Amino acid sequence: MLKYLKEIGQYFILIKKVFSFPEKKDIFFKQLFNEFEKVGLSSLSIVLIISFFVGGVVTIQQAINIDDPLIPKYLIGFVTRDALILEFSPTMIALILAGKVGSNIASEIGSMRISEQIDALEIMGVNSASYLVLPKIIASILFFPILVILSIFIGIFGGWIGGISIGVTTADFVLGLQTEFSPFYVSYSLIKTVVFAFLITSISAFYGYFTKGGALEVGKSSTTAVVNSSILILIFNFIITELLLT
Amino acid sequence: MIEVQNLSKSFKDNLVLDNISVKLERGKTNLIIGESGSGKTTFLKCLIGLHSIDNGEILFDNRKFSKMNDKNIRKFRQEIGVLFQGGALYDYLSVEENIMFPLNMFTRLSLKEKRERVNFCLSKVNLEKTNNLFPSELSGGMTKRVAIARAIALNPKYLFCDEPNSGLDPKTAILIDNLILEITEEFNITTIVNTHDMNSVIQIGSNILFIHHGKILWKGNKNDLTKSKNNELNNFVFASKLFKTLRNENFT
Repeated sequence: MLKYLKEIGQYFILIKKVFSFPEKKDIFFKQLFNEFEKVGLSSLSIVLIISFFVGGVVTIQQAINIDDPLIPKYLIGFVTRDALILEFSPTMIALILAGKVGSNIASEIGSMRISEQIDALEIMGVNSASYLVLPKIIASILFFPILVILSIFIGIFGGWIGGISIGVTTADFVLGLQTEFSPFYVSYSLIKTVVFAFLITSISAFYGYFTKGGALEVGKSSTTAVVNSSILILIFNFIITELLLT
Repeated sequence: MIEVQNLSKSFKDNLVLDNISVKLERGKTNLIIGESGSGKTTFLKCLIGLHSIDNGEILFDNRKFSKMNDKNIRKFRQEIGVLFQGGALYDYLSVEENIMFPLNMFTRLSLKEKRERVNFCLSKVNLEKTNNLFPSELSGGMTKRVAIARAIALNPKYLFCDEPNSGLDPKTAILIDNLILEITEEFNITTIVNTHDMNSVIQIGSNILFIHHGKILWKGNKNDLTKSKNNELNNFVFASKLFKTLRNENFT
C-alpha cells in the first residue's frame, strides 16, 4: 500500500515539475513538432485501419442481430454511429494508443534514464521533466482528438461498406446516421480523448522517468506503463460517462 | 577550487560517505580512486548535485552549494561539464547537435557562432568533420571524445569525469587521459576524475584521493604513491603484478 502511495506522490511531483519550468520557447516548439510526428502521425495508419474494419464488423453484427421485419433497417447506421462516437473511437483507440504510444514513451525515456542522458540534462541545468515530457503531453492532447475524429469518420465509412456487403442500402444507413444525432456526443467523445491522452503520456513518461537498472527494467517499465494507463483509461471512462451522460 | 567540508551521505542505514573533507584544486586533475563500492561514484554524484548530502558543505570557489536557490543552482550548473561513464550523448541528435545543445539552451549565439564553437570543441578532441554522425555511428573512444567536447562547450569552470576509460582499449584510454589533462591545463579548470584505472593514475594523477569504505584514507600525487605506507592503498594500487614490478622500479 505504502509503495502505491509513494508512486502516486512521485507521479504528482513529476507532473508539477513538468508544468513548472518551461524551457526556451523555440526549443519547446521544435520538440513539440517532433512529438506530433512521433506521438500522432506515426499512429495514423494503425488507427485508420482498425477503425475501418471495426466499423465494418460492428455494422455487420448489428445487421445480423436486428434482422427482424419489425425493426427498421436505418437503426443499423444509428447504432454504428453511436457505438463509434461514444465508445469505440475514444476508448478503444485510446487503449490501442496506450499500447503503441505509451510503450514507446516509457521505453524512450527509460532508455534515456539508464544511459544517464537524463542526468546529463539535469547537470546542464535543464529541467529534464519539462523538456522531455511536456511536448509529449501537449502533442498528444492536441493530436489524439484529431485521430479520434478521423477514426469516427473512417469507422462510419467502414460501416457503410460493411452494410452494403450484407444488403443494407446507403439510404437506410445514412438515415440512421442522421437520426437523433446529438452533437454533445462528439464533445463527450473529445473530452474523454483529451483526458485519455493526458493519462497515456503522463503515466508512460512517469514509468520511463523513474526506471532504475538496465535494459530489462526498461521493458518492465514499458509493460507497467501500458497496463496501468489502460486500467486508468477504463476507470476514467466510467467516471466521465457517469459525470457527462447520466 | 572545490572545497568539501565534513561531507556525509548515507542510503537508509548504510553510511556511504563518512565525514569527508578535501580540497580539489583548480588547474589540476584531481583523481578519486578506490575499489568498486568504496563510495567514489556517490562522492562524485554528491559534488554535482545528483545526490543530496546528509551533512557538510561543498564550496565552489567559496560559493556554498547549500545556500543556492533553484535559480542559482540552474545557473551554476552551466559552469559544470560532466563526462558520464557511457558518454550520455543524446541518441536522437547528431554530434553537432549534441555539442550545440547546451549552447542552444543557455546562450544567445547566432547559428554561425554556435557552429564555430562546435567546430572548435571538436578540434580540441581531434574529431573534426564528424559533425553529422549520430552516436550510434561512433566508437567507444569517439563517444567519450564527443562527450568531452559537449562538456566543454560552455567553457565550464569544473569538469567531472566518471570512469572516463571504462570499456576503452589502452591506447584510446591514454588518448582520453591526455585530452582531459590538456583541457584542464589549457582552460585552467578544476577537474575531478573518478577512476580505478591505474594507468590514468600514473598518467594524469596530479592530485589523488583514495577512498576506502567511504573515508578518504590517503591524499597525494602520483610520485607519492610508491612511498605510501597505507596498506589499503597499497593493496589497491599494487594489486596487479605489473604495478608491483613498476613499483620496485619506481615507475621509471
